[in-house]
Amino acid sequence: MQKQNKLASFEEAVLPHLDAAYNLAHWLTRNDTDAEDVVQEAYLRAFKFFGGFHGADGRSWLLTIVRNTCYTWMQHNRSPELSVPLDDELHEIESKDLNPEALLVQRADTLMVRRALEELPVAFREVLVLRELEEMSYRDIAGITDLPLGTVMSRLARGRKRLQLALTNHMHAEVLT
Amino acid sequence: MSCQRAQELIHGYLDGELDLARSLDVEQHMHECEICARTYRSQTTLRSSLKNDSLYYTAPEKLKKRIQSSLRKEARSKVSQRAFGWRWLTVGASLAFMLLIGVVVWRLVPGSIRPSGDELLAQEVVSDHVRSLQMPGHLTDVLSTDQHTVKPWFDGKVDFAPLVKNFASQEFPLLGGRLEYLNNRTVAALIYQRRLHYINLFIWPAEQAGSSGEVTIQRQGYNLIHWTDSGMNYWAISDLNSVELREFARLVQQGQ
Repeated sequence: MQKQNKLASFEEAVLPHLDAAYNLAHWLTRNDTDAEDVVQEAYLRAFKFFGGFHGADGRSWLLTIVRNTCYTWMQHNRSPELSVPLDDELHEIESKDLNPEALLVQRADTLMVRRALEELPVAFREVLVLRELEEMSYRDIAGITDLPLGTVMSRLARGRKRLQLALTNHMHAEVLT
Repeated sequence: MSCQRAQELIHGYLDGELDLARSLDVEQHMHECEICARTYRSQTTLRSSLKNDSLYYTAPEKLKKRIQSSLRKEARSKVSQRAFGWRWLTVGASLAFMLLIGVVVWRLVPGSIRPSGDELLAQEVVSDHVRSLQMPGHLTDVLSTDQHTVKPWFDGKVDFAPLVKNFASQEFPLLGGRLEYLNNRTVAALIYQRRLHYINLFIWPAEQAGSSGEVTIQRQGYNLIHWTDSGMNYWAISDLNSVELREFARLVQQGQ
């Protein structure tokens, strides 16, 4: 009986966040089938450890598990992606180096944005997805990604800069062709 | 405020994550610095490009059904186990009676099949093993061949400290560890490899201290060996042949 109640309260607390789980998994794995497998696995894990969940925020709790499951999956299937160096402060674009002409001045189209975001290293992609698509606070993002608050902000800053640069390049390439 | 600092704080400002004082500082800086003001404007444009519902992946309906049915299955298997144990505990009087009947049946029908605790556990071990190999990324939660990484990983995740050894020099390299749910509790799973065969070694504290000899079983084409050593239960399972799996079990036992 107790277990059936556990299932009912689990479904009530966690199942409504399926879209959020799938969205994050899809952006991390960049593939329908893998995202589905990872999400299913994450739900089973979440169910096992549901006893440790104390009802604060089902979405953040689930997304933490989804992210961990994704990373385990990537270690097995895409380990080179995880070893992209992030300490690229050296060749980080300084704002003063940015040619004003090259700044993004118009909205980029969906396909272009999707591609540019997919091409970002996973460490930037995940904070951007959680912030822009999931609209989470820095605090929640820090909890999910296990990063200090300050790092969340600097990852977002660097991720956005890279994304902006990629989009600007795409747009210029399009204008020229 | 330096431009370098402002370039980062602009993002906190854009996200509404700065306190009032710092927000004012950023605004002040943007009044004075055209480059930072332009960064802010272009970041607003970037944000509006990202505010687009078609960038959000919505879960397909079939995934929801798939998850619900796998959760049902998971919950059901635990309910039946629990109900089984409960009956034995409470119905003390009929227990003796049932035992008596059991003995009679046992004598009348030699070789009759009765599901013992081990039998159920073996079934669980097989399903866990199969599942660990089927699901992508399920095999290990901590991926490391270093026993000094894997062992501390279990700290705080299980209420015991499993012994973790790498037997790479005996050609059973350690691949990593993960948590598994078995026998109604969280257990430690260590993953080893021999050639292309994976070995899952499940470890958890036994109900009674002490040791017991090893038992070898075969289920669905898998070899299973279990034993108890210094108050810990060990179950090793693999599609590896029984001779080599026994060799592995020896190594683990000697490693104590």
